[in-house]
Amino acid sequence: MAMRKPAQPTTSRSRAWRWFHRFGSPAYFYFFAGRWAPRFGHLAVAFFLAGLYFGLVVAPPDYQMGDSYRIIFIHVPSAWMSMFIYVVMAVSAGIGLVWRIKLSHAVARSCAPVGAAFTFCALVTGALWGKPTWGTYWIWDARLTSELVLLFLYVGYMALLAALDDWKTGSRAGAVLALVGLVNIPIIHYSVEWWNTLHQGATITKLGRPSIDIRMLVPLLIMFAAVNFYFLAAMLNRVRCELLDQERRTRWVQEVVNG
Amino acid sequence: MAEFFEMGGHGFFIWTSYAVTALVLLHGYLAPVLRRKNLIRQLGSPDRGPGTK
Amino acid sequence: MVRTSASARKPSPWTVFRVSVTRDLAVAWRHLHEGTHPLLFFILTVSLFPLAAGPDPVFLRQLAPGILWIAALLSTLLVLDSLFRTEYEDGTLEQILTSAHPVVLIVLAKVAAHWILSALPLVAVSVFLGMMLNLPAHAYPAMVLSLLVGTPAMSLIGAIGAGLTVGLRRRGLLLALIVMPLYVPILIFGAHAVQSSIVQANWVSPLLLLGAILVLSLTLAPFALVAALKTSLH
Repeated sequence: MAMRKPAQPTTSRSRAWRWFHRFGSPAYFYFFAGRWAPRFGHLAVAFFLAGLYFGLVVAPPDYQMGDSYRIIFIHVPSAWMSMFIYVVMAVSAGIGLVWRIKLSHAVARSCAPVGAAFTFCALVTGALWGKPTWGTYWIWDARLTSELVLLFLYVGYMALLAALDDWKTGSRAGAVLALVGLVNIPIIHYSVEWWNTLHQGATITKLGRPSIDIRMLVPLLIMFAAVNFYFLAAMLNRVRCELLDQERRTRWVQEVVNG
Repeated sequence: MAEFFEMGGHGFFIWTSYAVTALVLLHGYLAPVLRRKNLIRQLGSPDRGPGTK
Repeated sequence: MVRTSASARKPSPWTVFRVSVTRDLAVAWRHLHEGTHPLLFFILTVSLFPLAAGPDPVFLRQLAPGILWIAALLSTLLVLDSLFRTEYEDGTLEQILTSAHPVVLIVLAKVAAHWILSALPLVAVSVFLGMMLNLPAHAYPAMVLSLLVGTPAMSLIGAIGAGLTVGLRRRGLLLALIVMPLYVPILIFGAHAVQSSIVQANWVSPLLLLGAILVLSLTLAPFALVAALKTSLH
């Protein structure tokens, strides 16, 4: 797709439009992602290592929970990403559905496995934290139960995509499902919270304390940055695969494959 | 050093958590990288399947 | 009053809805034996619980809200697959989507007919099943009302899943997989309404929340359903 050279001087609006068009082009995005995914990957590793150091070595044991609280340095960022990625996935899919942008669909499809992975990690780390804290591996508290339902939502989305052979149909159907899920998620959260306060189980109030020690906050923030960089790296890599697969007959893919 | 691994008796839970997370995330990153390489190899081989010029 | 011929021929939304529902019901009437399947499944499932968990009436009373609700959920869920199947296979679905009448109303009518056929009998039978589970008499209003309000919401949301999967040949349990997480709030509020009623606590609040979900489903689900059907028919 050739880029039109505007006859009149470029305004910031037309520049923004050109930038948007360029990013919508699969070829451009493929190479853009090819440059940036490794960079994000390196950043993720660096931040993970820093977070590990500050979280496991520098941060002191908690007054009440001892050392087991250190799990929050991966539990909380995982849980946050699991929800954040779902929103990104649903919005991207919605954009693809409404404006028929193939790249948007590719991004949505690529988000799902990463989001599901984080949801799984949140559940596992939550369970492993539960054992030393409340003596049981699983507890039906609001957060873990919500994460479990979120995992089901991710799995359902991926199952639907896998069942529909046609990429475009699958992406569009998945988009409807993701958007319905997005609308449902606040309702699910609220209902699970409500359900939990009635069938009283222990509520986690790890960060509900009035102030958190700075030595504990720093590794948490570092880990937040790490998981975000990781998400970008992993997602972009998956998008590259989708683009290669879907655009296999175009010239730019032929050049990549043969060049 | 031993106390570091023990983590006040909670060592198993902490290290398992970190290990599981690390493995899952590592796999999540490497899988698409591998898939891309396979795709390129597949698409570049003489037998490209139906529908190609 | 001047009426152009066009507006004289154009049916009102209610007429469109009513005609669609009655037509679906008439068609189902001819296959009534199939229509009893959800009901029988419901009775069977509820009956299996005491067999599995023991006949202690006190214990069953505690489980009753959960058992009734899960059984109702599964009974309505497992017949959702047939909601659009015949229309898809004989091409009627395409005609519906390109119809001159409001598509949203027609699909809403389909879901309504489906609910009347599959879920309404469950609500009626639940009274007897409540007896089997030692449900106290004062809890019956809550149970009936919660099912009455909750099952249409489940039908509406489940219909979206049916619309998304109607084009698949090998479906298996995919419909159930994608729809069940979305049922969680309905299940929570519905079962809890019954539970609260048993212990004579406030059961109106969860029922109202259930009603809110129903209203939300009524307003949003038909549009999502049309979008889902359109993706399946590309």
